[in-house]
Amino acid sequence: MNYFPDEVLEHVFDFISSHKDRNSVSLVCKSWYKIERFSRQRVFIGNCYSISPDRLIARFPGLKSLTLKGKPHFADFNLVPHDWGGFLDPWIRALAKSRIGLEELRLKRMVVSDESLELLSKSFLNFKSLVLVSCEGFTTDGIAAIAANCRFLRELDLQENEVDDHRGHWLSCFPESCTSLVSLNFACLKGEINLGALERLVVRSPNLKSLRLNRAVPLDTLQKILMRAPQVVDLGTGSYVHDPSSEVYNKLKSAFQRCKSIRSLSGFLEVAPRCMSAIYPICTNLTFLNLSYAPGLHGNELTKLIQHCRKLQRLWILDCIGDKGLGVVASTCKELQELRVFPSDPYGAGNAAVTEEGLVLISAGCTKLNSLLYFCQQMTNAALITVAKNCPNFIRFRLCILDPIKPDAVTNQPLDEGFGAIVQSCKGLKRLSLSGLLTDQVFLYIGMYAEQLEMLSIAFAGDSDKGMLYVLNGCKKLRKLEIRDCPFGNAALLEDVGKYETMRSLWMSSCEVTLGGCKTLAEKMPSLSVEIINDTDQMEFSLDDRQKVEKMYLYRTLVGHREDAPEFVWIL
Amino acid sequence: MAKEGLGLEITELRLGLPGGGAHSAQHGMDKNEKKRVFSEISEDNENGKISNDQKMQSKSQVVGWPPVCSYRKKNSFSEKLDGSKASKIYVKVSMDGAPFLRKIDLGMHKGYSDLATALEMLFGEALRDAESCEFVPIYEDKDGDWMLAGDVPWEMFIESCKRLRIMKRADAKGFGVLRSREALNGSLKNE
Repeated sequence: MNYFPDEVLEHVFDFISSHKDRNSVSLVCKSWYKIERFSRQRVFIGNCYSISPDRLIARFPGLKSLTLKGKPHFADFNLVPHDWGGFLDPWIRALAKSRIGLEELRLKRMVVSDESLELLSKSFLNFKSLVLVSCEGFTTDGIAAIAANCRFLRELDLQENEVDDHRGHWLSCFPESCTSLVSLNFACLKGEINLGALERLVVRSPNLKSLRLNRAVPLDTLQKILMRAPQVVDLGTGSYVHDPSSEVYNKLKSAFQRCKSIRSLSGFLEVAPRCMSAIYPICTNLTFLNLSYAPGLHGNELTKLIQHCRKLQRLWILDCIGDKGLGVVASTCKELQELRVFPSDPYGAGNAAVTEEGLVLISAGCTKLNSLLYFCQQMTNAALITVAKNCPNFIRFRLCILDPIKPDAVTNQPLDEGFGAIVQSCKGLKRLSLSGLLTDQVFLYIGMYAEQLEMLSIAFAGDSDKGMLYVLNGCKKLRKLEIRDCPFGNAALLEDVGKYETMRSLWMSSCEVTLGGCKTLAEKMPSLSVEIINDTDQMEFSLDDRQKVEKMYLYRTLVGHREDAPEFVWIL
Repeated sequence: MAKEGLGLEITELRLGLPGGGAHSAQHGMDKNEKKRVFSEISEDNENGKISNDQKMQSKSQVVGWPPVCSYRKKNSFSEKLDGSKASKIYVKVSMDGAPFLRKIDLGMHKGYSDLATALEMLFGEALRDAESCEFVPIYEDKDGDWMLAGDVPWEMFIESCKRLRIMKRADAKGFGVLRSREALNGSLKNE
């Protein structure tokens, strides 16, 4: 089948970077499979239990960059007990023993130990990039090892991790010879850092483009850093509190004026609203603004700030912006593609919140919108229908009404029609999260129209098994389905067991599936791992097949049952 | 169970439209099939108004809802709403030269800078109108002494503060009153 020498094919494959496409290439024929696997440098593993480190290493000897995801998504919301799994350690040990020249490691929802980090730092001479998102299990000692040993480190990016901060000198562990840093994000660290070491590190890192500080970095240090690193493109401030009439603040203003390259701004973990005017000069060029950790910024100061950001493409804010504030966004940010509105008060006391009005305003003003995460007080079908008409380009649509089963706020009807309009209009929709009062009807619509849907999150919705069946039968591209508190049971679960082999995973908690149903599924599909997760509260899991299962997580795997499951996880 | 005696059956979650039979099409769930993760959740009664406090209390018992990741929950919510117990600590605030006093809820604020912003909002005009005068925030503590605000940690401050006064700096001359916490002091300076 080969009309070209291998080198030519390899060269052609070089231009194919997406994981999906490379996977397809490898399936064409044996020879392409072979060429592809030797030339593959980047591998993405969406579920760390779907394959083993050894098989990964065997297939891709040229591996340079590895992305691994561990716990299921609902672990973010405390639905998965702590020691469920997702350990990095076996991967690092296997990679360290091999001849793989790992350069980049990106992890999400994994359990990472200091030992693993230390082993990582010492095993790969050319290691360049470490990105940890929503991980846990490590301390700043592990980070210190990375800083100290990775001589060519370019990127150290810690996002929203639970890190035990030993207030150590991890920053000081970067040797004087380390001048290669391009990206440093330690915003999630809680402890003090050595400010002098930070300044010196910035000074000797001429390539530094992305810097996100933690709360312990005061404004005057920020000012000094910006003076030495005016080339920065992505900035996360630490504590942004100062006296606006002080000399330091004036210096900060001039520093910002020199930073002509900043396109992305975040932080403000502590904020003095009256100091925001220093930022106005960089607002004009901002494409990403993240104020979702700044509850101290609201009202006029917030809207004034936004009015300066005409080129904004992505905005993350808290709902204290209010519907009116969203109106300001709608009239200012015409280039907006992604909007995330987070709740500032998780229990929806109703004061600081947005409603359907804000969303409608946004949809009317920001027609390029393609990605939404919206926590709101209430929603209506009419609003969703309008939004669907105004913004047919949604790829991600995640709506969370704080009261999980709230109906249409005006008509008291379920929100089926509204979501139905969304899936019908947005033909490219890949990710959808539902909330509010919903019947089986919404799932009929989803099954019928959401042809590109890859991920669906459902909570407190539906009336019967039909709902789940509509989705499983209709959504051909479905990869991840996560369901909680819905009346879906064994009939739905077992109707088409082969479907789960085409998906990455299925999560069902507080539904109607029973132990017997799960057992049947596990028997019929040996290529799936069916896990029953027992909450630590339940001291005894009864072996009665009719017992409803509190939490079930199943996923396809090439390597059978994992061996690191804790006691409370029962793999059928 | 105690709650049955209180007639709270109406607050059991059902997968149906609120108010039960009063609405069209009762959907699915048998009343006995309570959702397991709920203990109680109030639904908006079509007639009744459930108090906000009651709502907050019962909603906080739903595990993993709203779906905000735990890191974010710990770091972005206004601290006053942590555990949904906001203590109300109203104190009088007087400002030299202002014709009347105001009241402020210290429990609503996270720290001195937050307080400074609030005071500014209350007295903004008066602060601006006064002829370039600097102000010093002082408070009366449990012992009846007048203290400079900003010296002690916030939590200690709100526990002992009985009333606040925004004093003209001129009145404090000679007492060596120059520094309080930068943010608070700076924010009250007249621009």
